[in-house]
Amino acid sequence: MAEDSSRVLIADDNKVNRLLLSRSVELLGHRIALAENGRIALDKLRNEPCDLLLLDIEMPELDGFAVLEQLKADLKLRDVPVIVTSSIEGLDNIIRCIELGAEDYLPKPVNQVLLKARIGAILEKKRLRDQQKALVQRFATSEVAEDLLQSGFALGGKRVHASVMFSDIRGFTAMVESQGPEETIDFLNTYYTLMFDAISSHGGMVNLMIGDGLMALFGAPLPLDDCAGGAVAAALEMLELIEQFNHERSAVDKAAIRIGVGVATGDVVAGYAGTQQRATYTCIGDTVNLAARLEAHTKVAGCGILIDDATRRALGGRVPMQSLGEVPFKGKAAAVEIFSVTAGGAS
Amino acid sequence: MDESVIDRAVYAELRDTTGAEFVAELVDTFIEEGPGMLAELRAARAEGNAERFRRAAHSLKSNGRTFGAVKLAALAREFELNGLNTDLAQDVAGLAALEAEYARAAAALKALRNG
Repeated sequence: MAEDSSRVLIADDNKVNRLLLSRSVELLGHRIALAENGRIALDKLRNEPCDLLLLDIEMPELDGFAVLEQLKADLKLRDVPVIVTSSIEGLDNIIRCIELGAEDYLPKPVNQVLLKARIGAILEKKRLRDQQKALVQRFATSEVAEDLLQSGFALGGKRVHASVMFSDIRGFTAMVESQGPEETIDFLNTYYTLMFDAISSHGGMVNLMIGDGLMALFGAPLPLDDCAGGAVAAALEMLELIEQFNHERSAVDKAAIRIGVGVATGDVVAGYAGTQQRATYTCIGDTVNLAARLEAHTKVAGCGILIDDATRRALGGRVPMQSLGEVPFKGKAAAVEIFSVTAGGAS
Repeated sequence: MDESVIDRAVYAELRDTTGAEFVAELVDTFIEEGPGMLAELRAARAEGNAERFRRAAHSLKSNGRTFGAVKLAALAREFELNGLNTDLAQDVAGLAALEAEYARAAAALKALRNG
């Protein structure tokens, strides 16, 4: 199945070797691509995805060692499995290949049976890893998955500058009570799809979903130049999408829904919290509490989006808004000035 | 035929795993490319370019092994391992021996391909 459509890139400067390896790989039922030196091999890998690289070491322009080094340093290419096929002299050179990340070393002339076993095993391993990656992304968002794959998993956090968003649906409890659970799940799936689209298209990441509520981060785990701008633009788009959604709902005689969004900006501590066995990517700090309070306050203030002063300052007048004065929030020593963002001003 | 030029077992395995028609094509390619590799080796020696010399010798060794041209591969391997000899005359003699062996290997492979 997957094996049938695998694409193998063969990098070798010698024509006889290229022909022979091509034949061997084609006899195994794979498609091939060819490169005459290391530089061409890297270009081809960058332009068309390959499932496996068969790499010669002695090549002009860029040799196999340099290719292995560059693959390792390239986030997009470092997972491409490599089998070194060479008749290079010296055990230390073979060890160097393995240390530079090659999956295996096959001496030339390559034994066809061994080649078949190696390619089969490596492609199977790659298939499982791709599956695992897809699975991690389903539950952890691609940003966290990328962060995990890059830095590995470690409990603990680091201080980052970010905007935090909380959002939930007004009157959700009453709605749940008036309809069946299947309908509620259906509704939530549509709702979350819309909200995720709006948030991720502006560089944010949803890191928490509880019932109808969600928490999203802009600026963590990956830094974002304009996290406040992204968060507010996402909030405006969310309100817009809800408007369209309500349009569809009214067509089938369903009540309109409303959401409230709170955004606060500042330093937060972001990282993995939990246990070694089960952990979640989250962030904590005053900014998080404030964003949650702002979201809750949208009910009181009767508006869609509330932001704090730090977010307002970061926006620098790009979005129309109105001060609602200072509000004393639970857990805050001093009253906080808050701002209502008015829809229709998204850039 | 002189068995010391081409190891018949290696050649037979190559033919059995990849097909007679393909091996004929591969032999043709080797005969086309061989003179170029030898010229490259000579040019690298004349230039005194050790890296180029080693790489050219390595290529010949690799192809020699593929076809079971044991002696050709062994001579090329010596060049690869020893690099440029301080005594130019020795390398010149070595190159001549290598070229002669290449000619024998090419002739033997041609015969095998047609047989």
